Amino acid sequence: MELTVNDYKSNVKPIWCPGCGDYAVLNALLRAFAQLQLDPARTVVASGIGCSSRFPAFVKTYGIHGVHGRPLPLATGIKLANPDLTVVAVGGDGDGFSIGGGHFPHAARRNIDLVYIVMDNSIYGMTKGQPSPTSPEELKTKASPYGTLEEPLNPIMMALAYDATFVACAFSGQLKEMIELFVQALQHPGFAFIQVLSPCVTFHNTYDLYRNNVRPLPAEHDPADKLSALKLALETEVQYTGLFYRNASRPAYSQLQRQLIEQAGRKTLEDIFNAYKP
Amino acid sequence: MNSKRTVVVRVGGEGGEGTITLGELFTRIAAQAGLEVYSFRTYPAEIKGGQVMYQVRLGTERVHSEGDEADVLVAMNEKAWQECVSDLCRRSALIYESSLTALGEKHHGASYPIPAEAIAKEIAWPMGKNFVLLGALLWFFKLGLERAESLVSRRMKRDLEKNLEALRRGYAYAQEHYPEDFPYTLPLPETPEPRLILSGADAMALGALAAGCQFYAGYPITPATPIMEVLARYLPVFGGTLVQAEDEIASLNMVLGAAFAGKRAMTATSGPGFSLMIESMGVASMAEIPIVIVDVQRAGPSTGLPTKTSQGDLFLALYGGHGDAPRFVLAPDSVKDCYYQIINAFSLAEYFQMPVVVLTDQTLAARVETVPPPAGLWTAPLERLVPTLEELSRGDYRRYRQTESGISPMAIPGQPGGMYVADSLEHDEYGHPNQQPENHEAMMAKRARKVETARKMLADWKMTSRRWGDEGAEFGIIGWGSTRGAVREAMEMLRSQGYRIEAIYPHTLLPMPDAAIREFLQTKKRILVPELNYSGQFGRMIEHRYYHELMAQQARIYPLRKDQGIPFKIQEIYQAALHMIEED
Repeated sequence: MELTVNDYKSNVKPIWCPGCGDYAVLNALLRAFAQLQLDPARTVVASGIGCSSRFPAFVKTYGIHGVHGRPLPLATGIKLANPDLTVVAVGGDGDGFSIGGGHFPHAARRNIDLVYIVMDNSIYGMTKGQPSPTSPEELKTKASPYGTLEEPLNPIMMALAYDATFVACAFSGQLKEMIELFVQALQHPGFAFIQVLSPCVTFHNTYDLYRNNVRPLPAEHDPADKLSALKLALETEVQYTGLFYRNASRPAYSQLQRQLIEQAGRKTLEDIFNAYKP
Repeated sequence: MNSKRTVVVRVGGEGGEGTITLGELFTRIAAQAGLEVYSFRTYPAEIKGGQVMYQVRLGTERVHSEGDEADVLVAMNEKAWQECVSDLCRRSALIYESSLTALGEKHHGASYPIPAEAIAKEIAWPMGKNFVLLGALLWFFKLGLERAESLVSRRMKRDLEKNLEALRRGYAYAQEHYPEDFPYTLPLPETPEPRLILSGADAMALGALAAGCQFYAGYPITPATPIMEVLARYLPVFGGTLVQAEDEIASLNMVLGAAFAGKRAMTATSGPGFSLMIESMGVASMAEIPIVIVDVQRAGPSTGLPTKTSQGDLFLALYGGHGDAPRFVLAPDSVKDCYYQIINAFSLAEYFQMPVVVLTDQTLAARVETVPPPAGLWTAPLERLVPTLEELSRGDYRRYRQTESGISPMAIPGQPGGMYVADSLEHDEYGHPNQQPENHEAMMAKRARKVETARKMLADWKMTSRRWGDEGAEFGIIGWGSTRGAVREAMEMLRSQGYRIEAIYPHTLLPMPDAAIREFLQTKKRILVPELNYSGQFGRMIEHRYYHELMAQQARIYPLRKDQGIPFKIQEIYQAALHMIEED
């Protein structure tokens, strides 16, 4: 029986503000699930803490909503425990690039086969509007009344530097493109990172900014060309969306893990006890 | 022949000149020959070099502690003698590098110079000093050369011939120059009992395999790393997975993920790493995910004394974390017990869907003991309660359903109809976030109820505490963990002098085996609580928890605290107990 978008939707109402970019991300992911006819019982969504991290409750698959910043290690444990599951880690920019920033390079380094969606609103929304690691310089908030002093991080550059094997950027205002990127990411055999520009209408409304400066990646860009991807990611005047980089030839971690277990052979407890005889 | 049942042999020298290798090989050979062994070693903080010491206590029957005094010292340099002289017994034997002529004069007991350096030079193998001395030791203990030759051939491929030559030369030299009986030789059994030679870390890793552990994530930290290294080797041959994570927070979250996905999962760490894990351990309490955390305690706050032992993490294990989160805490008290308590930890974690902390320490994890090969499990491992597909097909699956025991069936990803969110937010029976006052209280009660269910269940389990000595004595000792051996030997001394004293060592510190402790306390007037930490955490806990019982009998707690990074000496326990007994 064909599953529809509604089959992936839980009966819990999202807590997001009306107009929040995260509604579109939820919508896109459920559509991507439906498009691929994923088995809800074999799909897991893992998250940390923040507005966007409330995500798993709204999805009718298995889910885990852990502590702040840790969706990637949670998702890694799930995937390695059962490589047959489709695992999606979700979170925000504070969760993923600030408190949990240490996990991002390692998930990429392992090429652990899961999808990591960061709903980037460049603000701490749940705690009511403090600057985040992707907030623009000189942003004034209640916690930075004189303006921030830090430069924003560039998540696409980071992902490329960490050698993530799938690096993409989407915009909440462009649903169709986002669904397409999610579908590709779910089919990617390795670590797939997608930054979604997902504005916070309440504390840092960037809809107008993005409507003006978001552009699809140039048609001639080849996602196999990392230097070109880096160059486009460095662009500050416009914000490119689409698939920056893809390398499907590097083996995924759980595949290597499976090989390692096969090559190690089998032993019984008795064999191991024997190795401990004096 | 020696009339003692045990002999302490200590080897001291510069790190990097094979001191530890000498000690370890000697230990193995003695164990092969059928002696029981119990090793102890100090590690310098330096990465390479620095003075090191390796000690083994050999016995004709099971050895329970490292022993207070060294009977035999093998000194590779002068510092070894200087550092050890105050620990030597009155008639100790000194085996030393003969170029250290001053030692022979200073030492009061018998001394046995061996020209190890000269022999090593003679055979053009300057690195072979330790093997020359090993050869000599084998002669003194009548262990023969054969076992050593085959052991060295199996374990050390590099420079094998040279090392074997050094070994034989050392043996021959000692045989020629010291043909008389050595005062500390122990009788060897004709047919050695089958034994394994395990460190506490080995025992925990093997226990995890026996318990069906399928996932381990960890981060290198002294002194817990050996557990990871053993499992790195053996988990894959059991079809399991080991990941070296980027930090301890990641380790624990990977373990949470794997356990959520249905696997038996664990990590091991030491104090600093455990501190980092505390927040995430709350997820296991809140979202009811079975995980096992081993804390191999080391001394001091912050970085402290990374290579030294302590029991200072008790309060952290019992109470660490915010928001009143239930967990279990176990405390093995010997290498053998390490094996069984890990199995017990998995049973409790899985059955009650909760975090279980296993508190061990540096000396327990690092020391090597001979143990009988484990024969089966002392209790059938308990399984996680998983809903049947038929139950799930009825719909309305409530992951956190209120039950009398507090335990609700946990669906595993892959099971159709079981989809739920394991939420670190307070949630209702379905797992949906819920902030209602009544709901929060009811769910707190549900999770806490599991500890009470366990307390009742554990009352029937034999190994929740170990009690020995004179039943009904007025004087008692309550302790936990690795201090048991020293306590046991101190009590033997006291009892042989006619004092009546009894001890109890709980193996589950949370929940405490209250019924057993209360029964123990019934006759006690004075109770010694020895522990290796500064503030006397366990003593305070006992005083607080059993306040009424102690008051009713006008019984007093005598705290005995030691926080030097090293274990108790038998004498320290003995003197403190004597003081308690004889005090007016």
